[in-house]
Amino acid sequence: MERKIEEQESNTTLLGAVTSEQNGRTGSVLLDYLKCAAVGLKIDNINRSFGDNHVLRGVNLNIEPGETVVILGKSGSGKSVLMRHIIGLECPDTGRIFVAGEDINDPEFKRNHVLAMVFQSSALFNSLTVSENVALYLREHKIFTEESRIKEIVSSALEIVGLQGKEDEMPSEISGGMKRRVAVARALVMNPEVILFDEPTAGLDPMMTRTIGDLICDLKHQIQITQIVVTHDIDLAFYVADRIAILSEGRILEVGTPDQIRSSTNSGVIDFIKPQFA
Amino acid sequence: MNGVMEFLRTTGGLLGLFIETLYWCKSAISNSDKVFAQLYIIGNQTLPVGALIALFSGGVLALQAGPTLAQFGLEENVGGLVGLSLAKEIGPIMASILIAGRVGSAMAAELASMSVYEEIDALKTMDINPVRYLVMPRFIAMVLALPVLVIYMDVIGWFGGGLVALVNPEVHLSLDVYYRNLSELVDFVAVVNGLIKAMFFGVIISIVCCYVGLKTKGGPREIGYSVTKAVVMSFVLVLVSDYYITRILLFLNID
Repeated sequence: MERKIEEQESNTTLLGAVTSEQNGRTGSVLLDYLKCAAVGLKIDNINRSFGDNHVLRGVNLNIEPGETVVILGKSGSGKSVLMRHIIGLECPDTGRIFVAGEDINDPEFKRNHVLAMVFQSSALFNSLTVSENVALYLREHKIFTEESRIKEIVSSALEIVGLQGKEDEMPSEISGGMKRRVAVARALVMNPEVILFDEPTAGLDPMMTRTIGDLICDLKHQIQITQIVVTHDIDLAFYVADRIAILSEGRILEVGTPDQIRSSTNSGVIDFIKPQFA
Repeated sequence: MNGVMEFLRTTGGLLGLFIETLYWCKSAISNSDKVFAQLYIIGNQTLPVGALIALFSGGVLALQAGPTLAQFGLEENVGGLVGLSLAKEIGPIMASILIAGRVGSAMAAELASMSVYEEIDALKTMDINPVRYLVMPRFIAMVLALPVLVIYMDVIGWFGGGLVALVNPEVHLSLDVYYRNLSELVDFVAVVNGLIKAMFFGVIISIVCCYVGLKTKGGPREIGYSVTKAVVMSFVLVLVSDYYITRILLFLNID
C-alpha cells in the first residue's frame, strides 16, 4: 500500500509533471511520438562461457508485454552479461532470446524491432553535446527530415528526464546522475519496444537514485513500455519491479512479484534480500 | 605458437576492417560533414609542425650533401638531390610519421576510450555501424590529407634546402641555380611517386590506428598501451611497406 502511494507521488514528479496542463505541450511531443507498442520477451535456456568461466547456465525467463522486470543478483552473477545477450551485443553458446516471438539474432530482427539500453557508464559520446547525444539516433537513421522536428523531440525527451536547458552542455560538464538521465532520454527517442537498464543507480547518491527510480516507474505507467532493469540495489528493485528475478551463479534462483520474493523460503533469496546492516 | 596466432588474428582483423571500411565508403557523401571534421583536425594538428620539420629536413639534406658534392664540383646538383629525396622518399615518410604520431595516436586513443567506456557498444545498440560512423570518415580524411601534406612539406623542404645551399659558405649556391637544377630533375612522375606512397601510408595508418583502438578492452592502462601499439605498428608497417611499394613503382616505371 505504501509503495502504491509512493508510486502515485512519484508520478507527479517527472512524466506526470510534463504532461500536466502547465507543461504538457512540450513533454507530450515525445509521448505522441512514442508508439507504446509493448512486446513480450522470452529468454530460452541461455548458456554462455568465457574460457573456463561458465557465466550463464541455462537461464530461462519470460517477460510479459509492458512489464518491468528487475534482474537482481550480486556482483559477478552474470547480470550484465545476460543484458548484453538480450540487446544483441553478445551471442549465446546455446539457447535463444525471442522478442515478440522473433529471435533477436535473426538478420531481419533489427528491421522490425528496436531495443534500447541505458548503460551503467551512461556511454554518452564525449565529443557531442547533450542534445547531439540524444539526437544521434534520429539523425543517423534519418527518422525525420526536418531538423526542427528533431529539436522538438530532443527538447521533449530532455524535459521528460528533467534536463531542460542542458542541451548545449558537454557530458563532461554534467553530473553522473544527469548523464544517466541523458542516457535515458537517448534511449527514449529511439522509440524502443524494450528498454534495458544496466545498474541504473550505480554510483549515484540516494536522491538521484530515487529520481532514477521514479523515472523508471513513470515510463512504466505513462508509456507502458517493457523494461528490464539489472541491479544489485535491493531498494530500487522492490520500488520499480512488477516482478523480480534473482540471478545467482548464472542461474535464475527464483522469479516472482516483490511480495513473493519478500516471502520466499529459498535460502539464496533470503540471504540476498535480507538487510545487511540490521 | 601464441605469437603466430596473434599475428594471424591481427592481420585478418586489419584486412577485415579495411574491406569493411571500403564497403562503407559508399556512404562518404552523406557523411561528408564527418570527413571534413576529420580533415580539419588533421590539418590543424599537422600543418605548423609539418612546416617546421620539412624546413629543417630540407636544410639538413643540403647541409650534408652540399659540401660533399662541392668537393667534386657538383654543387649545382644540390637542388636535384634535395628535390628528389624529398619528393620520392623523405617527404612521404616524414609526413606519415608526423601523421601517425600526432593524428593516428589521437585516433587510437579516442576509439580505445570509446571502446573501454562502452560508447562503441552504445553505437551498436542504436544500430549505428561503428565502421561507418567512426572509421570510414577517418580513413577517407587521412587518405586525402596525407598526399596534400606531402606536397606541402615537399615545397617547404625544397625551400629549406635552397636556403641552406645559399647561406652555407661551402656550397654557396644561388637560389636561381638551385631551383633550376631541382626543376630539371624533379618531374611530375617523381612527385606522383611520393603521392602514391602517401596514399598507401594513409590507408595503413588509419586502418591500424582505428583497429587497435576498436579492439581495446580493459581500462585507462590499456588505452595507453593501445596508443603506443598503434603508433609503433604504424611506423613499422609504413617503413616496411615503403620498400615493397617502391619495388612495385619501379616495376611499373612510375619512378
